[in-house]
Amino acid sequence: MNELIDMGKYDFYVWTSYALFGAMLVWDLALPRWRERRTLRSVAQRIRREHARQRTKTETAA
Amino acid sequence: MNSLLLWFHQLGSPPNFHRFAGRWAPWGYLVAIPLLAYGIYAGLFVVPADYQQGDSFRILFVHVPSAWMSLFIYAAMAVNAFIALVWRIKLSETLAMCCAPIGAAFTAVTLASGSLWGKPMWGTWWTWDARLTSELVLLFLYLGVMGLYAAIEDRRAAARAACFLALIGVVNVPIVHFSVTWWNTLHQGSTIKLLGKSTIDPSMVAPLIAMTLGTKAWFVGSLLARARAAMLELESGKDWVKRLAAPAGQ
Repeated sequence: MNELIDMGKYDFYVWTSYALFGAMLVWDLALPRWRERRTLRSVAQRIRREHARQRTKTETAA
Repeated sequence: MNSLLLWFHQLGSPPNFHRFAGRWAPWGYLVAIPLLAYGIYAGLFVVPADYQQGDSFRILFVHVPSAWMSLFIYAAMAVNAFIALVWRIKLSETLAMCCAPIGAAFTAVTLASGSLWGKPMWGTWWTWDARLTSELVLLFLYLGVMGLYAAIEDRRAAARAACFLALIGVVNVPIVHFSVTWWNTLHQGSTIKLLGKSTIDPSMVAPLIAMTLGTKAWFVGSLLARARAAMLELESGKDWVKRLAAPAGQ
């Protein structure tokens, strides 16, 4: 295994390049999912607030 | 209206696109992951070390596909920007705007991996040579498009301004590509040619092709996923989004 990860004197340069590439892909994969969840959560919150406001309005009217 | 045109128009409606992208984005990633896994594995462990560069040349398998993607995505963004400006198609606006961060990410990886390759081979992290400088300008163009889109309150107006910038910036794409032939650069010329004979060792070709196709498929998946998320954000006041959000909120 040590032989496998050994890139001679270029260890740092090779592994950092691949790590950056991998990190970029992970970021790119995660971001849209996170954005979508955030949007749905905030819309759901807004709906809850509107419902609550309507309820208090009808209660005070009654 | 013929059926293809009809399909295209229906796809342009946000809820339809949201469903379509949700169905197809995973396929982009699913095609990309085995190709990238093979390319990275072969690039790191299977291809023999270069007789001059030793193991440092292995950076090629992330650097070159990323560099190709940085130009390819810019072209994709410009085509969508053109369609958005001429025919005012909202879906194209969203697609163009979603290309920018993916392209910026690939451009950043190209510059970083190039720098990490340049240090041991050229003895410097950076030099103001035509290829490196024009690629840096490409990164700034991507960031400019993203920044302009984020800076204007009205989303449609923001998209039109950013699409316009994307379209003007397309002049940089051939400059990046031909910089190594137009100027004397420290960066080497192309060794892979679509027309004519490539001057790369045959052992490197298969992993490089896998990485090239893998990054393309990844881009398709990522663009669909991002456009889907953006569509949801843009339409967050509409009923179809409320219907999607409501089960989560109760």
